[in-house]
Amino acid sequence: MADLTTNFAGIRCPNPFWLASGPPTNCGEQVMRAFDAGWGGAVWKTIGEPIVNVSSRYSSVDWNGQRMMGLNNIELITDRPIEVNLREIAEVKKRYPKHAVIASLMVDSKREVWHDIVKRSEDAGADGLELNFGCPHGMSERGMGSAVGQVPEYACMITEWVKEVARTPVLIKLTPNITDIRAVARASRRGGADALSAINTINSITGIDLDTFTPRPNVGGYSAHGGYCGPAVKPIALHLVQQIASDPEVGLPISGIGGVSGWRDAAEFILLGCGTVQVCTAAMHYGYRIVEDMADGLSNWMDEKGFRTIEDFRGLSLPKVTEWKHLDLNYKIVARINRDTCIGCDLCYIACWDGAHQCIHLDGHALPAAIEARSRASVTTTPIAKLDSVQATIGATPPARIPRVDEDECVGCNLCWLVCPVENCITMEQVDAGRPPESWEQRTHA
Amino acid sequence: MSSQPIPQNLERFPDLHPALDSQSAVAEANRCLFCFDAPCAAACPTHIDVPRFIKKIGSGNLRGSALTILDANILGLSCSRVCPVDVLCEGSCVMHRYNKKPIEIGRLQRYAMDHFYANQETLPYGRGSVGVSEPRPSGSGPTHRVACLGGGPASLACAAELRRHGYPVTIFDNRPLPGGLNTYGVAEYKLRASDSLREVELVRSLGVEFRQAEVGGSDVPNAVPLEDLEREFSFIFLGVGLGAMERLGIPGEHLRGVIDALRFIERYKTSPDFAVGRCVVVIGGGNTAIDAANAARRLGAEEVHLFYRRTEKEMPAFSFEYDHSKIEGVRFHWLAQPVEVVEQDGRAVGVKFVETRLGQPDATGRRNAIPVEGSHFEYACDMVIPALGQSRFMGMLHSTCGIELKGGSIVVDRPTGRTTNPKYYAGGDCVNGGREVVDAVADGKRAALAIVGQAVAAASEATHG
Ligand SMILES: Cc1cc2nc3c(=O)[nH]c(=O)nc-3n(C[C@H](O)[C@H](O)[C@H](O)COP(=O)(O)OP(=O)(O)OC[C@H]3O[C@@H](n4cnc5c(N)ncnc54)[C@H](O)[C@@H]3O)c2cc1C
Ligand SMILES: Cc1cc2nc3c(=O)[nH]c(=O)nc-3n(C[C@H](O)[C@H](O)[C@H](O)COP(=O)(O)O)c2cc1C
Ligand code: SF4
Repeated sequence: MADLTTNFAGIRCPNPFWLASGPPTNCGEQVMRAFDAGWGGAVWKTIGEPIVNVSSRYSSVDWNGQRMMGLNNIELITDRPIEVNLREIAEVKKRYPKHAVIASLMVDSKREVWHDIVKRSEDAGADGLELNFGCPHGMSERGMGSAVGQVPEYACMITEWVKEVARTPVLIKLTPNITDIRAVARASRRGGADALSAINTINSITGIDLDTFTPRPNVGGYSAHGGYCGPAVKPIALHLVQQIASDPEVGLPISGIGGVSGWRDAAEFILLGCGTVQVCTAAMHYGYRIVEDMADGLSNWMDEKGFRTIEDFRGLSLPKVTEWKHLDLNYKIVARINRDTCIGCDLCYIACWDGAHQCIHLDGHALPAAIEARSRASVTTTPIAKLDSVQATIGATPPARIPRVDEDECVGCNLCWLVCPVENCITMEQVDAGRPPESWEQRTHA
Repeated sequence: MSSQPIPQNLERFPDLHPALDSQSAVAEANRCLFCFDAPCAAACPTHIDVPRFIKKIGSGNLRGSALTILDANILGLSCSRVCPVDVLCEGSCVMHRYNKKPIEIGRLQRYAMDHFYANQETLPYGRGSVGVSEPRPSGSGPTHRVACLGGGPASLACAAELRRHGYPVTIFDNRPLPGGLNTYGVAEYKLRASDSLREVELVRSLGVEFRQAEVGGSDVPNAVPLEDLEREFSFIFLGVGLGAMERLGIPGEHLRGVIDALRFIERYKTSPDFAVGRCVVVIGGGNTAIDAANAARRLGAEEVHLFYRRTEKEMPAFSFEYDHSKIEGVRFHWLAQPVEVVEQDGRAVGVKFVETRLGQPDATGRRNAIPVEGSHFEYACDMVIPALGQSRFMGMLHSTCGIELKGGSIVVDRPTGRTTNPKYYAGGDCVNGGREVVDAVADGKRAALAIVGQAVAAASEATHG
């Protein structure tokens, strides 16, 4: 059985699954239920001077009948007094000493104010501090959140103030709403940060009501840009994590955040170097119970791969991300269609014709419009099985509907394979290009 | 009979397939793969662009979805309810090959059409407007007026397509209500007469003129002679369907208590006070026999027995219709052929049958039923419904119009519907010997386009020639 226990920048916890700062970690009662469900840690809903929220606060992007592919919010930090939050942290820590409780903090950019909140949080028993330099809406207008996280000097300065008094590890939560995330990651390091959390939400407008013309979420006829998260942002988060994980000037442990919904996502973040992952949207969508499969699935996968601990595979994929100029120009793959499993939807045909390189063919080299026109002009009648001796049920795919790939013309872009709805029907197979490996850099410096 | 459904029928013939709610419709629409050159569109005789209308349901463009359907098939509403989709669009869905449920194309089509009719939407062409794809022929007016004979699906589709191209059209139908078998024949749990009439109104809204009149038939009083129409109209489309039901040709078939399937169906669909027997015998093995038998059950018959002279294997009815009928509680009897309707006090009280056995396959590959000597038996009942198929008598066509018939059906050039007389086009049951609504619609549409082509060619010959 794989061992999921984690030591992240000195913070110990039963597993690497933490709840991210947000509605699921709003109060002590919730965090305790989350720990009962199996979460290894929780980053408390950001604490600071209590704010007033608006309603409504969320909107989402649904895709093809799936709800909440992406979630957007315009909620601010906690609306509960600092003392109440800290009292509850103390209570949770007393009852769950082995779980990680991280206090997320955001206060005015004044040295003594930061000193005060850091001391009080640690006195309450927090295992670590996460400085919220990422919230992209509302708080940033007041000079906090991403207003700090977008300026490396501010980020460095506040980190320094915090480090002057902090006794527990200090995590900096980064905003993705910046041209080069490494600048703030390096500044945090200079300021003395112990670890990074990435990413916070991405500036977004999720959509507009086509009857009222008001963007969502609607607050009395107006809206404001919010922060985007959920499954839709995972690819962006993975890239940003990879950027800071590979940067020699950063070199800090990373808690990966952004679209983590299951153990596969978690494994991917860890393969790119993360020591823990944080989850917000998925827990909001389905509840704390999702952590059970996260732990179970990850541990089964680790057993299968022969990894005993998280450290055994952490960062394994980092060396496999390189720069384009180092890729082998003579590596060649082509698409091959399995005639036995092809169902004849011909999506690969139209994709290659309209979106790729016109090298998948039906019926000679006919153009798409000619093929469709022929079908439309055909005279068809309802078959009456017993009179017309026809097969009423569908048989094998008619050969005319099975496309062929012109392998000489195929550029190996993957598009047909991506659009094919049938598992393993199209495979991308390596062919010998007849030349030794050569990268762009090698070719141009030869 | 009005355009309101008969209340008792709403109760006894609830929709066979329930309508989709909007969430399920979108979920189902999103399951569609959006195949290129989709097999479902090719399998549909009217070639509705199925993936396109389905994607529009997914995107919430319901008007666009409905218009995509109506563009190809003006009777998209009835087709969505009556088409045997298992052997048409849904039967050809690639999902079958992927061991997945085919997309519910029929129900999605109905969803879009219900939305169209519920919102009283109109078509963007028709009355007064010039045709969308073809310029109005320069010599328009009396020289290019078209008469459509018969008011069933074939003529409705032909007329709508002609109106779309700006041609004046008149439909002649001999029934109190237009719509042909869509109004009088199709099972009530698939399509109500009132829904058929909504479609008739859509066609009327395009500016089609409807006249209730019998055409031809020198033996029918007040019939409009075909020769008169030949003078009044440039083109004549024949969409007259099939004739009355074939007779059994046995003693006793005129007794009270004997009613042929078409009249039986028409009566229950249009008169609220129609009563069925307690024990009913249906004779025949086609879809009409099944429809009549199912209806008899739903109207309250305690027992319904269907007798067919061959076996289940040779029965021309669709297998899904047969399966459904068993669920309705109809009992099937094979290898029996009626020889006499038994009488008591002037009423039918039973049917005398002779058992049959199967002989050699005939030209169509079906095995003949041969009576077995001395195997007679009697079956008691109080209603007999013969359902032997419709006759193919084209009594209305005069011998001089030069239209060739073959086996009682009108001979046409399939892609154009043109008969052997270039002034006459034909489509639907009177050409194909009796298929489905969608086949009639496809025929009518193709004929209309061919008529437009012929008229345009004639006009340009007149100006340039
Ligand atoms: C009982 C039954 C159930 C059916 N169920 C289905 C089903 O579930 N699904 C399906 O797709 N199809 C079904 N069909 C078949 C379908 O109804 C027909 O294929 C379709 O209606 C044919 O259309 P049509 O326009 O060719 O002819 P019809 O619908 O028969 O219309 C012809 C019209 O012309 C009129 N007419 C005839 N002669 C003259 C004349 N001399 N002058 C003026 N008018 C005239 C007739 O009265 C009639 O109104 C069913 C048929 C029957 C009989
Ligand atoms: C409603 C809501 C409120 C949030 N509030 C905070 C917050 O107070 N402090 C903070 O650091 N991040 C906050 N976040 C950001 C999350 O902690 C997390 O960084 C982000 O949602 C990405 O993770 P996910 O894709 O798992 O949701 C909030 C997110 C949501 C959806
Ligand atoms: S890999 Fe790209 S270029 Fe090759 S067949 Fe597929 S879509 Fe066309």
